[in-house]
This record gives sequence, structure tokens and C-alpha cells, in this order.
Amino acid sequence: MDQYDVVIIGGGPGGYNGAIRAGQLGLKVACVEKRETLGGTCLNVGCIPSKALLHASELYDSARKDFAGLGIDVAPILNLPVMMKSKADSVGQLTKGIEFLFKKNKVDWIKGDGRLAGPGKVEVTDASGAVTVLEAKAIVIATGSRPAPLLGVTVDQDRIVDSTGVLVLSAVPESLIVIGAGVIGLELGSVWRRLGAKVTVVEYLDRITPGIDTETAKTLQRSLTRQGMTFKLGAKVTGATLTAKGVELSVEPVAGGPAETLTADRVLLAIGRQPVTDGLGLETVGLTTDQRGFIHTDHLRTAADGVWAIGDVTPGPMLAHKAEDEAVACIELIAGKAGHVNYDLIPGVIYTFPEVATVGKTEEELKAAGVAYKVGKFPFTANSRAKVNHEGDGFVKVLADAKTDRILGVHMIGPDVSEMIGEYCVAMEFSASSEDVARTCHPHPTRSEALRQAAMGVEGWTMQS
Amino acid sequence: MTDIMTPALGESVTEATVARWAKKAGDAVKRDELLVELETDKVSLEVVAPEDGVLTEIDAEEGATVVAGQRLGRVGVGTGVQSVVVAVAAAAAPALTPPAPTQAHQAAPPTAPGLPLAPSVQRIVTENQLDAATIIGGGKDGRITKGDALAAIEARSVAPAPTPAPAAAAAPPLVSPPPVVMATPPRPPHEREERVRMTRLRQTIARRLKEAQQTAAMLTTFNEVDMTAVMALRNQYKDAFEKRHGVKLGFMGLFVRACVAALKEVPSVNAEIDGQDLIYKNHYDLGVAVGTERGLVVPVVRNADALSLAGIESAIAALGKKARDGALSMEDLQGGTFTISNGGVYGSLMSTPILNAPQSGILGMHKIQDRPVAEKGQVVIRPMMYLALSYDHRVVDGQGAVTFLVKVKEAIEDPRRLLLEI
Repeated sequence: MDQYDVVIIGGGPGGYNGAIRAGQLGLKVACVEKRETLGGTCLNVGCIPSKALLHASELYDSARKDFAGLGIDVAPILNLPVMMKSKADSVGQLTKGIEFLFKKNKVDWIKGDGRLAGPGKVEVTDASGAVTVLEAKAIVIATGSRPAPLLGVTVDQDRIVDSTGVLVLSAVPESLIVIGAGVIGLELGSVWRRLGAKVTVVEYLDRITPGIDTETAKTLQRSLTRQGMTFKLGAKVTGATLTAKGVELSVEPVAGGPAETLTADRVLLAIGRQPVTDGLGLETVGLTTDQRGFIHTDHLRTAADGVWAIGDVTPGPMLAHKAEDEAVACIELIAGKAGHVNYDLIPGVIYTFPEVATVGKTEEELKAAGVAYKVGKFPFTANSRAKVNHEGDGFVKVLADAKTDRILGVHMIGPDVSEMIGEYCVAMEFSASSEDVARTCHPHPTRSEALRQAAMGVEGWTMQS
Repeated sequence: MTDIMTPALGESVTEATVARWAKKAGDAVKRDELLVELETDKVSLEVVAPEDGVLTEIDAEEGATVVAGQRLGRVGVGTGVQSVVVAVAAAAAPALTPPAPTQAHQAAPPTAPGLPLAPSVQRIVTENQLDAATIIGGGKDGRITKGDALAAIEARSVAPAPTPAPAAAAAPPLVSPPPVVMATPPRPPHEREERVRMTRLRQTIARRLKEAQQTAAMLTTFNEVDMTAVMALRNQYKDAFEKRHGVKLGFMGLFVRACVAALKEVPSVNAEIDGQDLIYKNHYDLGVAVGTERGLVVPVVRNADALSLAGIESAIAALGKKARDGALSMEDLQGGTFTISNGGVYGSLMSTPILNAPQSGILGMHKIQDRPVAEKGQVVIRPMMYLALSYDHRVVDGQGAVTFLVKVKEAIEDPRRLLLEI
């Protein structure tokens, strides 16, 4: 039996970052992963391949629609196999990169399906069915999540696909219905809309992207609608039937009323994700999950001695960077250090065009909590860099405490805002006030000036709009 | 040309005063020769020449306040005369141009802490003539946030008011404790009064004591200890001990021993709070408060658990001498995990010591006094000492605190326990 300080089950952003950190701290660590490659959902069938397609499809869309206005006349032709190969190559290089990091940090990569087998034991079944048992002083559950199913809509990864299948469609569908107006649905719907599909998004709630600041969400919906995406909100999907031509979807209004049938070549089911905690042997250490399958923790410690849980299997936003932060904190706590995650400052991004990036509290949350706040807002139409790029969609909104001026939340929608939210994450981590950002020099001409102008707006001295 | 920089001044010390230059500009200096003496809140520091050469420039004159990393002067290579000429010219040049206060962060008010202030805080402090050093920061690592600075103005303006306005009470909870500011406006001294500027050491003591009181949930538990056994032990062996080890056998060494044993029994007393976590320390570095002419300092006996009794006594003696000579280094003062304070040397019978933040416990020793006590139904006279343990109730629960003090008492009343580790 192999003896380890730490055995991590799952090689996604939580698992692999935890393994690397453990290696750095001199712990003997193994990472159990059932996929053939490391990186988990994020790297193999999630964040990374979707961003590859988002980037490529955005350039294609730009070339078709925007280039002429900039004085470039082209007639772009889509080569989907090359686009898919480019995506696969990038994913391959990145997963190989983690293998390298494992070697560098002396992490043992155990290939196979890992499950708990009593206190301090992890049982791994490899592809051939052979079972090995690892002994560990600490076990970290980082098995992540999978797409949530919907009754009446069976995913066959052909006509009806989930977030994995939608990344490898062999041809651009003529029409695509996306069930769920969350981050995944809007991003992947955008990909295929740009490549030529007619995309309809059906959402149960009466708004898109629940949890996102309402004003920001509405702006995003307007932008996506203008680009040709159709939204059907407050609509409940009750069933799907495969036909010779594609899929027939039964949809009825949540508020009541006559049902209707929508038809499309393909359907993307993207109503959310659920934790992967079944078949993990939790019962062998006396652990249970809540009704939805989540493992609850106290500072990442589960109720079972020596068993920890991080990432999507724990409650909270299902985001790679949340898992990564928890992984570092968890391993540091295991090593007797002061690991800590600031759950108030986990940024969220939607990689549509325009992008959405947020951190901290929304206006709705502040109102509900009875916190008096001030708002500073700056539109990208007034930003010189966005202007010359013909990318005036969106705004930056800064929410700050009415009394102390401390920044409480930042919500942006616009081109490349995903790369700009980090500035506010750092500022807020250091309890900065809006004035601190307003009095910090920003380079001109950049979109980042909008961050500063919005901060100025909190105390009413925005200068450029 | 080599810059002579202000060295790192240590934790919680942000600035120093240039006390004395041992060399004049133009003097030839040898490597490791004393150039300048600095005084901080806690200690005197000596800055020596990094190489042979000539002291070409002095940037910070005697009496100037400097922060860590600031240039004090420069040493150039080569023979004296030529360098001096250059130095004089260089020194004269700045005087011709008016100072440009907006150019650097260092242009902050002289009382600003070593960390540059956030832009909003800088503005508020400057516009409202606040002393940034008196504002307690609620931000990361104790940084002052804009909210802290605004609250400092408010605290100053409403200071005379007995209660806060209801509106303020209804406001959302502040993330940081209300700042402390020197609220009293200057007033002319009465004819039979004397206004004296507090020394840096006194200011630091004042600030740190108040911080400890503000932060910790501090309370004190008492016990008393019969010193008969340790006094007998000392009387019997003091000469042999001194002869063998070259250091006197005092009570302090035994108390350090007893405290280490008690800390191992009750680890929370040796812990500290960090954010939402507790840090338990498996090292026992005990601060021993020493009175000096300039004020109280608390040098630290490192790894007291690994030292013999003679080792502890030697360490205390060496630190005490350094303290009285004003020769303590920053290293001598930093990183204690627990503190022992002996008010008994001044005759104190009972006291409630204040924590040495971020530590969670401090033992107060007191005067040994013959008192009648009941023993087996008889009144007997015993040399008694009251013991006090002030502790941070956020970290240490009542049972732990009482247990700690009982362990110390038992070890002192029967020092054989220390030998047997029971």
C-alpha cells in the first residue's frame, strides 16, 4: 500500500492546483484522475475549449460584420475542422503543461477512478479494472461537477447535447435551441450563433444570468438580442422529441397559458451543474451530502476526520478560480499554515461579446441588506479606446459604501472586461475606497480608464462624460 | 559611490530619528566603521560603512526623521579631497531648488507610517491635519482605509459629545473598530504645569497598550503561590549553582520553566488570532519585561523550552544587561509568544497586566510577602506571592486560563514537578 501525506481525488483546477501546492510544501502527494488527461472539466471540456471557440468565432464574426467598416473588405470562409483542431491542440498543450508541473513538484498522478475506502484510504480502480489502495493522512475530495439533467430531455450528445457535446459539433447547425440562459448557455449559444446558427435561448426564470446585477444582465440581453439571439424567458421545457429533421421541444409559459412546440436542428441543455459525489464511498468515512449532493465543510474540513472537500462539490459558485483558491487554502491548512479564502471577492465572468465581469455585491444584495451605497457609472461609448475600436457597448458600475466610500461591488459589461476586473479585486482585497481608484493614474488611451472614471462617478466627479 | 540606507527597523517600527553622525562629510571611513546612530521607538541602531572610502554626502542631518530604505548618505571610493569637493557641490545643489513636495510618497507628513498611505487617506490626512500615526487601520495588514480616516475626523469633531448621534448608530456596521485619535486640542500650559513631548518609546508604548486593550477581550485571573519551596531550593543551591554555571539562580528562571510547562498544557495561551484563524505555536519564546531608564522593554528568551535553567538565567541576564546598556537589537524584541512581567521588583502586591499583542497571555509576578495562611488547620506564616494571568478571552477560555495559573502555582510550590515534568 502506498503511503501519502495527501491524496487528492480529482485532477481539475481544484485537484491539480492543490497537488502542486502540496508538492511545493514538501508533502508527499498523489492526485487521482479518471480522465486520460489532467485538468478536469475546465481544461478538457469546459472553460478552456469554450474560450478557444469563443475567440475564433468572434474573429470570424468580426471579419464578416465589422472589418468592412474599418476599411478591410474580406469574405471569410469558415473551416470548422481547422477551428476544432486549433482548439484541441491548445487543450492538449495545456493538459501536458499540468503533467509537467506534476513532475516538477513530485506529484504522483494515479490514473483511475478514486473512491474513499474508510478513514485514510483511497481505492483506485484503473481502466483495466485493477484496484489499488492508497493510504493518506489527509484526503481531499475535488471531484467537481457534471451537467445537470432535465426530466424529459435526454442528452444523446448528437441531437441533444450538453456543454461537452456542444464543443465538438461536426457541422454548424441551422438552428440551435439553448435551454438555460446562464453563463454556459449564453457563451456556447454565442459561439454557434456567430458561426451561423439561428439561436433561441429558453429560460425558466424571467431574466437571464440569475445572480448577476440586474442592470448588467439587461444590458447583456439587449446586446445579444441585437446580435441575433432570440430569448424566450419565463418558459418551461416539458419534453423533447427526436424527429427526422431534428428535435421538437414542448415549452409552456411558467406563468400559465398555452404550450407551444419549438423545433431546431440541435438542442443544448445548459440548465446548470451538479456536484459529483455519488459512488465516492462517502459512507465509508461517515460522510453525507445535502439533498442536492453537496458536501458541506467548515473551512474546507468535512465532518470526517482527515477528509477535506474543495471546489464544485462544496456549496458556492461553481468556478475554477474558486476551486483553485480553496485548493491552496486547503493544502496550506493541512500543512499547518494559515490558508484562507475570501469568499466575498470571487469574481465572475461571462465570456460573451460584450463580456460581463463582476466582483462583490450587486445593487440588489446591498438593497436587501439595507446598506446605504453610492453608484458611479461610466459608459464605454465615452471611452476613447473603445470608441476607436468601434466597441462602445457596455459600462462600468462601481458601488461604494455611502459613508466610508469603501468599494462594495463592481459590475462591468464591455469588451475585454474579463481582463480588467482583477484591478478591482486587488483594490477590494485591500479595502480600497472608490476615491483610491479615482486617484490612481491609469494609462491613456485604454479601456481601463473607464474603471477610473466610474470610480470618480461615485463621488460625482466623473470628468469624461 | 554607495548609498547608505536606513536599515529595516523591525515590526511595528516605521521610522527612526538620526541621533548622531560619527563622521562628517569628507571624512575618510573604513569598512564597518560607525557612521551614524539612529534611534527608534525601541532601540538604538548603528549604521556602519559598507566599504572603505569617503563619506561624500549626508542626506539626513541629526534630528531628522527617516524611514526604512531612505538614503542617509553616500560613501564614495577614492581619496578624500576630490570627493569632498564633489560632495559639497552636490550638497549645495538641492538647497537652490525649492522642495517639490508632490513628487514622492515620502513627502507625506513626517508622522506618516512607513507604508505609503492610500491616495484617499493621504488627501484626508493632509486636508484635515490628522496624524496618520494615531489612526488605527482596519484594512489588510492594518492599513488605514478611507473609512478609518473619515471616522478619525468624525471622532475628533464629535469627541466632546457623550453619545453618538442616533443616525450614526443606525448606519451599517463598520468593518473596523473606531479609530483612536488625539482628540484634545492643544491648550496653553497652566503656570504650574509643564508640557513635555512624549518620547518615541513612550508614544509607542501608549499606542500599543491601547491597541491591545481595544483588540483583545482581555481579562485577568488570579492565584497565589507559596514560595517556601523555591526559596529553600535557592538558599540551598545558589552558591553551587553560581559556581557551576557562572550565573545567579533567580526566581525568574523557575517561573519561565513553570510557564513553558503550563503553556504546553494549555496551548491556547501560546496562540494568537490571525483573521478568522488561530495560530498555535509549538515554539516557546518568552518575553521578560525589563524596566530601563527610558521605559519598559520586553526582550525575548528564545526557545525557552529547549534551554536548561542555567541557560534561561544566562539569557535573561544577558538581555537585561543589553536593555540597561541600550544595546538591544530589534531581533531581541520581536516574536515573543508569551510574556512575564514582574511588578514585584517595584513592590507591587497585585496588578492586572496588559497583553503584549498579538500574544494571548501575560503572567504578572508580584512582591513576595510573608502572610498568615491556613495550612492543615493551623495559621502559619508563609512567603506568598500573588500571580495574575491576563488573557485574551477570544482565544483562551476561562478553564484554560485558570488551569494555566494552577499549573504555574503547582510547579513553583513543588519545583520537583519541573524535574519530573508532571
